Amino acid sequence: MTDPSTAASGSSVEADQFVTGAENAKPTTTKPRSLASDAWRDLRRRPLFIVSAALILLVLLMAAFPFLFTQADPNYAELSRSRGTPSAQAWFGYDNQGYDIYARTIYGARASIIVGLVATALTVLIGGTLGLLAGYYGGWLDGLMSRIADIFFGLPFVLGAIVILSSFGSTGTTSQTQILFLVILSISLLSWPTAMRIMRSAAITARQQDYVKAARALGASGPRIILRHMLPNAVAPVLVYATIALGAFIGAEATLSFLGLGLRAPVVSWGVMIADSRDIIRVAPHTLLFPAAFLTATVLAFVMLGDAVREALDPKMR
Amino acid sequence: MSIQDEALPVGTAPGTPLLRVRDLHVEFRTRESVARVLNGVSYDVEAGETLAVLGESGSGKSVTAQTVMGILDTPPGHITGGSIEFKGEELLTATDKRRREVRGSGIAMIFQDALSALNPVFTVGFQIEEQLRVRRAMSRKDARKRAIELLEQVKIPNAAGRVKQYPHEFSGGMRQRAMIAMSLALDPELLIADEPTTALDVTVQAQIMDLLKELQLQRQMGLVLITHDLGVVAEVADRIAVMYAGRIVEHSDARSLYRRPSHPYTEALLESVPRLDLKGTELRSIKGLPPNLADIPSGCPFHPRCKRVRDVCRTDVPPQHEPEPGRLSACHFAEELVAGD
Amino acid sequence: MGRYVLRRLLQLIPVFLGTTFLIYWLVWSLPGDPFAGKCGERPCPDAYISLMREKFHLDEPVIVQYLRYLGNLFQGDFGETFRGSSVGDLIAIAYPNTIRLALVALVIEAIIGLAAGIMTGLRGRGFLDNVVLISTLFLISLPVFVTGFVLQIVLGFELGWIKTTVSKSPAPWDELIAPGFVLGSLSMAYVARLTRTSIAENKRADFVRTAVAKGQPQSRVVGVHLLRNSAIPVLTFLGTDLGALMGGAIVTEGIFDIKGIGNLVYDGIIGKDGLVVTGVVTLLVVVYLMSNLLVDLLYAVLDPRIRYD
Repeated sequence: MTDPSTAASGSSVEADQFVTGAENAKPTTTKPRSLASDAWRDLRRRPLFIVSAALILLVLLMAAFPFLFTQADPNYAELSRSRGTPSAQAWFGYDNQGYDIYARTIYGARASIIVGLVATALTVLIGGTLGLLAGYYGGWLDGLMSRIADIFFGLPFVLGAIVILSSFGSTGTTSQTQILFLVILSISLLSWPTAMRIMRSAAITARQQDYVKAARALGASGPRIILRHMLPNAVAPVLVYATIALGAFIGAEATLSFLGLGLRAPVVSWGVMIADSRDIIRVAPHTLLFPAAFLTATVLAFVMLGDAVREALDPKMR
Repeated sequence: MSIQDEALPVGTAPGTPLLRVRDLHVEFRTRESVARVLNGVSYDVEAGETLAVLGESGSGKSVTAQTVMGILDTPPGHITGGSIEFKGEELLTATDKRRREVRGSGIAMIFQDALSALNPVFTVGFQIEEQLRVRRAMSRKDARKRAIELLEQVKIPNAAGRVKQYPHEFSGGMRQRAMIAMSLALDPELLIADEPTTALDVTVQAQIMDLLKELQLQRQMGLVLITHDLGVVAEVADRIAVMYAGRIVEHSDARSLYRRPSHPYTEALLESVPRLDLKGTELRSIKGLPPNLADIPSGCPFHPRCKRVRDVCRTDVPPQHEPEPGRLSACHFAEELVAGD
Repeated sequence: MGRYVLRRLLQLIPVFLGTTFLIYWLVWSLPGDPFAGKCGERPCPDAYISLMREKFHLDEPVIVQYLRYLGNLFQGDFGETFRGSSVGDLIAIAYPNTIRLALVALVIEAIIGLAAGIMTGLRGRGFLDNVVLISTLFLISLPVFVTGFVLQIVLGFELGWIKTTVSKSPAPWDELIAPGFVLGSLSMAYVARLTRTSIAENKRADFVRTAVAKGQPQSRVVGVHLLRNSAIPVLTFLGTDLGALMGGAIVTEGIFDIKGIGNLVYDGIIGKDGLVVTGVVTLLVVVYLMSNLLVDLLYAVLDPRIRYD
């Protein structure tokens, strides 16, 4: 992914063929239902949702209980079997050092998923909070925060992450958790402006609604208005953004590892495996193929899920 | 189609009318249901005459117009039967090329919301000139001159300057005037106005209606005026067709209709218009909702909302018939209504 | 309009200062020995270190260093690397390659993305629509380096259609086609989806119906009325994308060994040459900010309803 921050902006919405003109009739059953339950009912029927949800469940299972999928030790290497091709013993073959690629691919899910989940949570938390505050209070606070967001937004994603990682990473000690934390931090630091913009515009839309104006006129407190009126308004767009961003962040982690700046051995991750395969892809393409396929499928699953959720949440599309 | 087919609309002069619509059937098909939007609509329009088509939203008045123009969205729309003749020529079976030729030069149409109906990224002048240049092969200069003339005809002040402006720079009334100017560019013989004043202020509404009436007299055009507002119709219409659930339930000359409606739905519509002479009396609204076109009530489609409903209304579809010479009604008890209860 | 441009330019100043300072601070003031590994295996001699510290003013507070750097920058001086070559010269050599790559990527994504978007947008649901939807999903999900490797292996090593590396500088246009495709692949998917959505929305717009009702030929209804309106969001996306492509070129440049600013910055990071990194990032930020401004102005030209004053 070149730039995960654009992930949520460019994707399309379904323009439905089913357009009933103003002159047309409404469907018979008009039992009032909430948007959430309506969306859920709609989601369950979408093949896109079922496929992506199944894929994601599988990957989550792999990340949580890798030993369910393989008995092999991902950290046991034997140089004699270096670059071995797929066989009955090792379904995906062996890499340059003679590691079992299947076992490493399974165990690699964990690092990718952790980076994706935590980075998304952090991004939404930072961006969402700042966006709500900026949208609610407006004025100079909004101006200031929007400018700060602009500053971070102006940094090219990959370059910015490289600079952050290499600056903080060169401090000497590089324990596994520290690198993991740094990768997560640099992704979130460069992505929160997108989440903030989404939240901010949702908050501004809510603020202009009559019932919110009325609540303010009646003297409802700021936090109450934010929590009761603005937050629910923003949930849908942020949810869609977060789902797609999660996939994008997993891709970003792999890109950074590939550049030699993200996770590195002894951490097992798809990005690290792809980076390791870099110099031998011509002679042993399977060392790239399998981790890349798992990575792509996972990112794809989250992007598809985001698409499905977006369509389900947009009442205009139904 | 039995009786409805034979019953001819009133006021039909001998010979070929400008527009002849016969027994038009249209359905909107969706995955879940089939909505029967038009169920046998017939009317004629003569040159120089104004036919007002009246009805609630969902009654099929706009769909009829769109079908006549050939701009019905298909899907979901399907024309399942009927005929549309323009000066004796069948349009429904005509080639696409022929239909396109008729649009704009034979039959032109103006829409309710001129702001969205005009293309926002082109100047008003461009959109008028486009007709002249593409359809009449006029030169750029001549087209510009003619566009200014047209804008002057619809009484837009400073037409020479206005021609270079974009739709959003016009006020609502001026925009509708520009829309009318555009529709007149190719001197059509029939103009269909689909709720031309609904989006406008009351004072502007009157001005636009006056303008339409004046242009129609000047040019001896046929005018189909689609509206849900009886007040708008009163002054300009020669004849009125009232639609309900995709049918014409009453078709009459304007004067008789106002004097004594021949269908309870028309009666209800008239009662829901505020009138100065009845000031102080209760203003009645029509109870209930417009029918669901995917599931039209049995018998007379209006029976669930009709205050004169009787048993026969629930079972038998009332045939269109002449309760008195020159008018058509689709009510079992039209004669009683005309006679005054 | 003039006042709007001026106001926007003034607004850019704090953003420019903030971004460049952020980068400068990240690169220069973090703990760590900037001279580690500079002198081969041995630690650098103290004399060398003190000379270098003085030359690069490393003992001053970072804000002073930054202001000095900025001052030099405005005189066109990007500073020197530790090895003494001019950063400005290095950028001048590398920059054209990246611009070429980004332009090729932009052209490819525009052509393929627009074509796919227009076809599916006009036709609506069907086989072709599904093909495009699924392939855009894949393009969005494939990390750039995977696309790059796969194309390099298949087209380069296996089929021998393309050169696997472009080490010449300036890079020949024809050798940039495959790398350009790789770089533009993600945006291509966005362009296709954006175009498709935009057309599908406008297809049912009232003004398109008006054009049909006017009896305009189908080619004009689509070509003039529908496409002109649908193009606005797509063109603005393409406008901002040029800056994004340049900033994102680093992976593609690495795979195909293109001597562009991505490679330059990468070498700068590995070699701890801070001025190279700050110089390139500063330049990219300027490009990004200016392209955003230009797109806003372009927007006003394309859509007469937008007025800036």
